[in-house]
Amino acid sequence: MSTKIKVNNLQLHYGEFHALKQINMDIRENRVTALIGPSGCGKSTFLRTINRMNDLIDNCRVEGEVILDGENILTPEVDVVHLRKRVGMVFQRPNPFPMTIYDNIAYGPRIHGIKDKSKLDDVVEKSLRASALWDEVNDRLKKPALGLSGGQQQRLCIARLLAVEPEVLLMDEPSSALDPISTLKIEELMEELKQNYTIIIVTHNMQQAARVSDYTAFFLMGDMVEFDATETIFTMPSDKRTEDYITGRFG
Amino acid sequence: MSSTRHSFDRALEELQQDILRMGSIVEQAIYNSVHSLAIQNVALAEEIIKGDTVVDQMELEIEDKCLKLIATQQPIAGDLRKISTGFKIITDLERMADHAVDIAKMTKRLDGQPLIKPLVDIPRMAALTQQMVKDGLDAYVRGDVELARTLNEKDDEVDHIYSQVFRELLTYMMEAPRTITQATSLLFVGRHIERIADHATNIGERVIYLVTGERPDLNE
Repeated sequence: MSTKIKVNNLQLHYGEFHALKQINMDIRENRVTALIGPSGCGKSTFLRTINRMNDLIDNCRVEGEVILDGENILTPEVDVVHLRKRVGMVFQRPNPFPMTIYDNIAYGPRIHGIKDKSKLDDVVEKSLRASALWDEVNDRLKKPALGLSGGQQQRLCIARLLAVEPEVLLMDEPSSALDPISTLKIEELMEELKQNYTIIIVTHNMQQAARVSDYTAFFLMGDMVEFDATETIFTMPSDKRTEDYITGRFG
Repeated sequence: MSSTRHSFDRALEELQQDILRMGSIVEQAIYNSVHSLAIQNVALAEEIIKGDTVVDQMELEIEDKCLKLIATQQPIAGDLRKISTGFKIITDLERMADHAVDIAKMTKRLDGQPLIKPLVDIPRMAALTQQMVKDGLDAYVRGDVELARTLNEKDDEVDHIYSQVFRELLTYMMEAPRTITQATSLLFVGRHIERIADHATNIGERVIYLVTGERPDLNE
């Protein structure tokens, strides 16, 4: 099992605020890594660093290295558009484009130059199957995506990501706005997807982290307090602060 | 850091108290069973046999509480170890009480007939075993790993006395076959006490797991 992303001495400041302090982490390929911690601990900031989303924020200063397959993605030479194709992101609230289901998924491939109708059809079907949505929507591909339920919309957003053939999926609380059944569907999906992708998920749902992830990192006030196999974190964490957090004693 | 789970913490505390209450009843049953034998008191033996339903009932009640906490609170890490340890300890306690009942039944079977010899080693074994049960429960409540580890040595001592009892009773039986019936009964009593000590040792192991996450084998 190899390392997909290696983080070395990552530091991040928002102006004067030290949001991430000396983060070192090896993220394994084809595994689910969960980031947990109270609000404002830096986990989402860390997630956004991995596809340079923090570039969009003024005053944000990043030091250290995030090495994806041997290449430091924090250097100015990196093509950010290409990076975000390789490292896709799913957000807390589903955000489909106001267009048809089909066009939502074909959007990325079209931008990347695929024009051929049958090729696009293939990509759409493959992506919808991979996100476990095909059976529910194959008879209404030309209907507006916003007509789908929240859980379906979120899986559509995942399908939209998969259409551009990424390697890493970043998920920022992907099911916090969904009902329990949709949440379980997303979790099942992650189990499937990790065969082919490396997944990093931020979640406030401790049980979800315990269920879906192979590794768990606990963040607190910009520090990564503990990073270990999920089983270890949830049965025998070595840091008292981790135990207090996961057992609901603070936060 | 102030806790945000007061009612859960209270429930865990309550669970521990329940287990202690069950433990002290079992301790008493162990003492009484051997005492009933030593003084040949059939009435006391019957009391122990009847009292076992209370222990069985407590086991079920505590088990239900553990299940309810697991279902409603989704305990993890130390909380989960506390509950799972409790869950296992009550099984050991219940088994101990059953052995006490078996000893009490021996008292009934002997039905006041004079003992082939005054009991010395068996009460000594029983006292040591009772102390083990007490230490196991104290270690559980205090999370005292050192105390839990001492159960190992005490168990060795119980085993040692048991083999002494065995040899002694064997000589009685060889010398006078008419003692065989009673001697085998006493041998079983020794065996029951020895098993109780093993269960107490299990409690010690669980306490070590509870505190450190290690899984030792104190019965080695």
